[in-house]
Formats: sequence, structure tokens, C-alpha cells
Amino acid sequence: MSFPWAKNYEPQQPLMKWLDEKLPLPRLVYNAIGAGYPVPRNLNYFWNFGVLAGAALAIQIITGIVLAMHYAANATVAFNSVEHIMRDVNAGWFIRYAHMNGASMFFIVVYLHIFRGLYYGSYKAPREMVWLLGVVIFLLMMATAFMGYVLPWGQMSFWGAQVITGFFSAIPIVGEPVREWLLGGFVPDNATLNRFFSLHYLLPFVILGVVILHIWALHIPGSNNPTGIEVKDEQDTVPFHPYYTAKDGFGLGIFLLIFVALTFFSPNALGHADNYIPANSLSTPAHIVPEWYFLPFYAILKAFTFNFLWIDAKLWGVIAMFGSIALLFFLPWLDSSPVKSSTYRPLYRIFFWILVVDVFLLGWCGMQPAEQPWVILSQLGAIYYFAHFLVILPIVSRIERPLPMPNSITEAVLAKHADTSSAATA
Amino acid sequence: MASESELNAGIEDGVRRRDFINIAAVSFAGVGAVAVVLPLVNQMNPSADVLALSSTEIDISAIQPGQAIKTSWRKQPVFVRNLVAKEIAEAKAVPLGDLRDPQTIDERTKPGKENWLITLGVCTHLGCVPLGAAEGENRGDFGGYFCPCHGSHYDTAARIRKGPAPKNLVVPPYEFTSDTVVTIG
Repeated sequence: MSFPWAKNYEPQQPLMKWLDEKLPLPRLVYNAIGAGYPVPRNLNYFWNFGVLAGAALAIQIITGIVLAMHYAANATVAFNSVEHIMRDVNAGWFIRYAHMNGASMFFIVVYLHIFRGLYYGSYKAPREMVWLLGVVIFLLMMATAFMGYVLPWGQMSFWGAQVITGFFSAIPIVGEPVREWLLGGFVPDNATLNRFFSLHYLLPFVILGVVILHIWALHIPGSNNPTGIEVKDEQDTVPFHPYYTAKDGFGLGIFLLIFVALTFFSPNALGHADNYIPANSLSTPAHIVPEWYFLPFYAILKAFTFNFLWIDAKLWGVIAMFGSIALLFFLPWLDSSPVKSSTYRPLYRIFFWILVVDVFLLGWCGMQPAEQPWVILSQLGAIYYFAHFLVILPIVSRIERPLPMPNSITEAVLAKHADTSSAATA
Repeated sequence: MASESELNAGIEDGVRRRDFINIAAVSFAGVGAVAVVLPLVNQMNPSADVLALSSTEIDISAIQPGQAIKTSWRKQPVFVRNLVAKEIAEAKAVPLGDLRDPQTIDERTKPGKENWLITLGVCTHLGCVPLGAAEGENRGDFGGYFCPCHGSHYDTAARIRKGPAPKNLVVPPYEFTSDTVVTIG
């Protein structure tokens, strides 16, 4: 679907006309990310991150396919094959560092994309399905990133696999058999490495499929915008191409600058030195830390150090960690305020920023050893995280009195323009 | 095309022949699908060579009182520790009601060999190898083992005392084949 004023695809060249009749693929692209897709005229740079996430996925798939041509998924040689890529394969060091840091860049842009969605209420009706598919993509990304981290078969790879698959042993009764089924043994070993490689290759394409659904679902109501007011008529929109292809292109340039700076100047800044030690099942590194993008969730896992009710500490930690993400599936219904953008939600905005600080606090705690004061700080952080979604948000969305809102996107844009021009003349 | 009367032929209590054929066909396909899924799921379980667990023999004659060694069984680390009298006394002094996973030291060692504490070196939280088996490592607040991953403390009978782990360190099946040799598995 699109707005009635959307431009129509009218091929001029005979070849394109012929193709449009047989397989209207150019028409699909034109209507999805071309001039045929009308987009609110007031998007800010936070709306770049969807396209950037797509670019990051493309980079990961391309570098990943190339790495798989040189990597050997066997526990005896996997570590050495990664070193072979780093030292012997032509430009192998570049491709591997791009893949490693590409994963971090992917998570950075996806977290900013989620931040945008939360701040501007993009998860609300009529875009609930877009949000739900987004959470599915996020979960798939986490699974893919985890399995990818296991492949170099270093110490962090091995012990990360041991700890993460250990989550499943927390399930009562069937936990231990489930864990052995996942590992194909009693400890992570060759069977584990092989299946992780197989799935690590598969899942990015599953992500790509869900991304297409995500964009499809988005194009039904069209993009949200910083005012959160729905598009009313043609003057509220501009065609995606050339307006946002240009704006996204600029953003993509900045993204690539940061990406190559990271890749070339400090490729290991976000990694752990321990992963350059071959896996050893008899020695745990002194301090196991997941990759940075998992830290807030890891802190929630570690926050449970005591049994509570009839459930033991280990199961609580695992439930809370998975719950902290599963909670996002219910967000569109936990927040019942009809106002989308935080710009017009003075009360929600305060708690939202506290949540952002809280997630950083949890991330910091996730990096620390399991000692005081980090344990109590992660407990407080975890409590606030859950309270935000389960208590504060439902209450705030009922009692909050939103600020006066403009009648349309155009009115908001013109008012802003009048402000700046009067300030300029004054 | 079958006529209405042909389609309705053989109706008894509102059930048509066609309904039976539909249900039978879908059920048969369903059984076939399950039969195919089973091996696809089962292939992920530990394979025969992984399951063929050899037993491991350990010579404990060189382990002095107060010392511990780390060895392995089924690719999992095993701690063998020669407890001193003070450590046994400490373990015995703890009331069972204070324990998360109540077990006495006698239940966790062999009769007459209660100075030999043999456990898996696998934290029951998320499977890290706890510290404390080697000289100079952190033995935690209770003098046994300490898991650095998420801060679980085990006492001198390797019982969980503090931190997120739910269970005591697992005592594997083993027996003394002589005074100085232990067979695990």
C-alpha cells in the first residue's frame, strides 16, 4: 500500500517496459525505496539507522561468505585457520577485522535504531507489527553474533559457549538433556563448533528474510516521524528518492568513516585479548565477559544471587535475562498513550532518559567482576529496567498530560521554520 | 465435476466419504513428517564416540594434605583434593539447615577416605571451572573453591555456600582401586 499521491512507476525504455510486464522487480524497488514511496518531510538523522542496519547486514554477509572460504570448522584446527586468515590469506586480516568490527557496528546502529523507536513511539499502533518483527531480528542477531564469536575457538569462544549453553541447564528436569542436545556432548567440542558454524551461516539469511517482512510491514502505514503525527496529505511528505536516499547516503558516509577508522586503527578495541589464546576446557579465564553488546543483559543475569520463592537463583537469572528482551514484545500494549513522540510527552521523556542511563549502568556492571558494589548496582539497575516497562510506563501513559500538539506535520515544520527565521531576523 | 448427489453419497450422520479421505491423508502425512523430524532432531544428541566414555585412572599418592590436583574425565575437569583435618572439621561444623543443597561431607566422600574430596571442576551455575585447585588460587570465603565467573563460593566439602550456583559441585562415580589409585567413571 502507499498513499494515493505516491508517484507511479512508468518505465520509458523498451527493455524496462518489457521487464515490468514479465517481472515487475524494478517496480517493487521503486515503490519500496524509490520515488514511489512518500515519506514524512520532517525526518531527522535518527531515521538513518534503519538503512545503516541494512548496510551493516550486507557487510556482514559479504565478509562472512569470504571468510567461510578460508575457515575450517573443526576444533583441532579452527583456531589455527583463523590465524591463517590473519597472517597468510591475501587481505585476510582486513576481511576478518571488517567482519569482527562490522558486528559491533551492526549492534551500534541497531541500538540507535531501537532508541529512535522508543523515543519517538514508532512501536505504537499502527506500527506494532514493524516493532514485533524488529524484536525478532534483534533476537536472531544476538544468536548469530554469539555463534560467530564461538567460531575462532579461543578461550572466550569456548567459555562463552559453555556459559550461554549453561543457561538451558537452568530449566527444571529437562535442562541438562537440553544442554547436551545443544552441545552434542558434555562440554563444547567439535560437534558444537560444527553446528554453530552451520547455523552462523544460515541465520543471516533468515535475518534478511525478516528484514524484508519488517520493511513490508513498515510500508503499510508508512514511516513514523519526529512529531509522531500521522501523515494527513501530500504536503506532509516527500518522495523517498531523491530526498532520503541523499540523506541516508550522507549518513552512510559517516557510518563507513567510523567503521574503517575502527577497523584500521583499533581493530581489537572492542574484543578480548583472551580470545587469542586457544580454547582450553580445563582452565577458565579469570574474568569471563561477553561482547560489549550483551553486557546489559549479562548484568541482569548476574544480578540474581539469591533464591527467591521456589525458584533458584540460577533459573531467576536466566528468566530475567530472557524476560528483559521478551518484554519488548509487549511494549506496544504496555504503553497505552496515544501520543507517540516524546517531544509532547514531558513525563515519559524523563523516565525514558532514566532508562537510557540505567541501560548504560547495567552495561558497566556487566563488565565488572561479581563483587560488591557491582552486584547491588546491577540489582538496582535490573529492578529499574523491569519497573520501567511493567509499572512506570503503564501508569505514566494513563496520568500524563501531553503538551499541545500541532495539527499536522506541515504545521509543525512551518512553526519551527518561523521560529528560526524570526530568531535570525531578531 | 462430481454432482451434488455424488458428493453426498454415503453420508451417515453428516460425515462424508471425502471427510474420511481428507483426515486419513493428512494424518498419514503428519505421521510421515514426525518420522522424518525425529532423526533430524536426534542427530544433535551426543554421538556414539562422545558417549563412549572411557574411565580415567588417577594416581593420588603424590597429593600432599592440603593440596589439590586438576585432572579430566569425559573432557570435563575433575578436582581431587586431600583435605586436612581442620577442613573436614569445618565442613562437619556447618548445620545442614544452612546449606542450599544439604549434604554431609560423609555423603560426598567414601567411608574411611573422607580426606579425599573428588568432584567435577564444573561450577553448577553456568559451567565455569572454579578456582582453588591449584596452589595460590582464590579459594573463596569458605576455603573451598571460588568460581570467578559469577562469584559462587564453595566450602571445604565443595558445597555451594554463596553466589548464584544452585547445587554442590558434582561428585562423579568413582572407586578406590587401591589406596593410591582412583578410577573415575
